[in-house]
Amino acid sequence: MVNSDEEPRIGVYICDCGVNIAGVLDNDELREYAATLPNVVKSERYKFMCSEIGQKLIQEDIENGEINRVVVAACSPRMHENTFRKATREAGLNEFLFEQANIREHDSWVHMRQQDDAQSIAQDIVRMAVAKASKLEPLEVMKVEVKPSALVIGAGIAGINVAKDLGDQGFDVTLVEKTPTIGGHMAQLDKTFPTMDCSACIITPEMVEVGNHPNINILNYAEVTKVDGFVGNFKVEITKKPHYVDQEACTGCGGCSDVCPVITGNEFDEGMKERKAIYLPFPQAVPNKFTIDMDHCIKCELCKDECEPDAINFDDKPKKIEKEFGTIIVTTGYKAFDPSDYTPYGFGRFPNVITGLQMERELSSFGPTVGKPVRPSDGKAPHSIAFFQCVGSRSFQPGMNNYCSRVCCMYAMKQARQYKEKHPEAEIYILYMDIRAFGKGYEEFYEIAAREYGINFIRGRAAEVFENPENNNIIIRAEDTLLKRPIELEVDMVVLSVGLEAQEDATVISRLLNVSQTADGFFMEAHPKLRPIDTLSDGIFVAGVAQGPKDIPDTVAQAKGAASGAASLMAQGEVEIEPYFSVINNALCSSCLSCVDLCPYTAISYDKLANLVTINKALCKGCGTCTAACPCNAITQNHFKVSQIMAMIDTAIPTR
Amino acid sequence: MVETKDKIGAVEAPGWKPYILGIFCNWCSYAGADGAGTARMQRPAVLRIIRVMCSGRVEPEFVFRGLKNGADGVLVSTCHPGDCHYVTGNYKTFRKAPLISKFLEQMGINPKRFRLTNVSASEGAELTEIIEDFVEELHEIGPSPFKNKKE
Ligand code: FES
Repeated sequence: MVNSDEEPRIGVYICDCGVNIAGVLDNDELREYAATLPNVVKSERYKFMCSEIGQKLIQEDIENGEINRVVVAACSPRMHENTFRKATREAGLNEFLFEQANIREHDSWVHMRQQDDAQSIAQDIVRMAVAKASKLEPLEVMKVEVKPSALVIGAGIAGINVAKDLGDQGFDVTLVEKTPTIGGHMAQLDKTFPTMDCSACIITPEMVEVGNHPNINILNYAEVTKVDGFVGNFKVEITKKPHYVDQEACTGCGGCSDVCPVITGNEFDEGMKERKAIYLPFPQAVPNKFTIDMDHCIKCELCKDECEPDAINFDDKPKKIEKEFGTIIVTTGYKAFDPSDYTPYGFGRFPNVITGLQMERELSSFGPTVGKPVRPSDGKAPHSIAFFQCVGSRSFQPGMNNYCSRVCCMYAMKQARQYKEKHPEAEIYILYMDIRAFGKGYEEFYEIAAREYGINFIRGRAAEVFENPENNNIIIRAEDTLLKRPIELEVDMVVLSVGLEAQEDATVISRLLNVSQTADGFFMEAHPKLRPIDTLSDGIFVAGVAQGPKDIPDTVAQAKGAASGAASLMAQGEVEIEPYFSVINNALCSSCLSCVDLCPYTAISYDKLANLVTINKALCKGCGTCTAACPCNAITQNHFKVSQIMAMIDTAIPTR
Repeated sequence: MVETKDKIGAVEAPGWKPYILGIFCNWCSYAGADGAGTARMQRPAVLRIIRVMCSGRVEPEFVFRGLKNGADGVLVSTCHPGDCHYVTGNYKTFRKAPLISKFLEQMGINPKRFRLTNVSASEGAELTEIIEDFVEELHEIGPSPFKNKKE
């Protein structure tokens, strides 16, 4: 190991990254330039520094004793810092004597047509990295314990799979769900494409299994309200909303619901069927216990008289539960696009315009129409149905989403086929922009829908609809872009294939967990290709539609991935964290105590008797705020010392 | 804010491009700059970024030293309010910023050479706009009166 008073001997390694960097920058020039910088004893260039050969180049130079500091000029440290640190450590050099110069994301990729300027910026970036490297000091990595318990937020098909996988491996799992039942959107679906197997038949056994699992604790009707701590030791507060029904005592008999006089729309059936104020979302709900919806309850207390086990409790209060978790998995799913605000399609105004999810409920044999879709205006089976694709998706109009929701083409074709199977004489139209049948067996499904089922595909987005006042039929105006002419069509019913959106409370979760959202509101993965289920907060994973629109197989695949990511952390039992905490030199400290108040983690304490300020490094997360504020320069932040940052600032600007 | 012309004004040479030194927090802004790169959002070639874990680490001295060394502008970029990875680090930077500007003004340096922005991890496009805007402003102000005389 190098000791820090040894003269720095820096090796600079410039990565071509194929053409990503070398296509814009002159890397030979950059290599020659780096060789002229102070303390640089070696300057190399290679096609892919992150490859094994690239890493070997560095390791050999370390092992030969030629260099004792490493600078790699390549992509972002957020991409490969760990790769190179590991290589550095394996060659016997402290990994914190490595510094990465980001000449790809911050230079070659954003200055593609300004090659001369890009070249001088690359020189600046490398020069600053070399300056910092000269000042780097070896550090010890810190290890923290990872508790063998996982918090899964959201109990749709993703959350259920994560919980099951982790529970089966013996970890203690808490599954939090904000509605009274687990199951999520998948429980609402009738059949799944392209295999046409029954959705409920797949998910209900899983729900029951999770419900009975010895290692899984379900907290339904609950929300995460506070998160503290870090990987391995998250301290979480979960607030369980009041059910007003004792969940232990309730037998799920349903007597209460029979006598309840209040009728309102059932969320599970997308408002197409009613429920009482005291309700079970659907017969197979897990846990199978009743809840009173206080927004609608009129407190007549009829249910109280009816309830045999005496489970009704109008004084029920929210309960706070506190628990520590080693890992957190976010599987909060989506919200379907609400087409009410998009007036040209008349949703909400014309009874015979419904959404895809409503159609799904109508097709379901335990739905509002027991599997025989009818049009809402007169309860008759429609003879003609038009499906509108991309409702809320792939649009730049305000209030709409730019992205493709990925499932709507398939579910529309599936629903069309299902209806055709029941009503072969029916006329079905699908108005689409392009059909995106990307998954395994999907294209074949589409082929058959068009060829064998005789579904009419019209390429063109519907412009607007009107209602025929005589019979509540819907008149559609659209353009057939293949025939290149406007068309008008009268149908009995329109189904809007609404897209998927981030949950309304995604921002709340994002703040609580410190997980970023992408511009579309979905949670951001650590890397789009290589770490699609990790987040940038260690120990927190994301799976399913919470990360972006996807179908069920992809959701389950991600759920399994997230479970294995979390399991491997918990199985190791400890994790290394970056030792970027702040340290205090008490000889310089004047006990002004500015730092004590600034610290967001109460990691700094003051012992009045001894007149001593101490920083608890287990609590310190390394933001460096105290370091910046200390008027005596008594506090330093590891790896971000004044001398290290100033070295960069002082070499930042080329001498002119 | 009072308009202060840099006391020792420097003249803009033809083809001059401002030099901007960025100090970005790791979690939002640096990631946003990475995102701009991944999406290949082209911007004027003016920005070099120093990474700190949180903008709370930014000392006013960093800004002064950057300007003194001859940067035409210094851009400190933080997470959006409420989004700081360390809860409140950015608020502390927001509090420091007016003092930094005031100090620059008193020293006869145009305070517009220092900017504080919030860029989230998904805001590569916003960052690009911010840079374009800052460049425009720096063209109005002109080059830094200081030169980096260090070897
Ligand atoms: S981490 Fe971005 S400002 Fe604190």
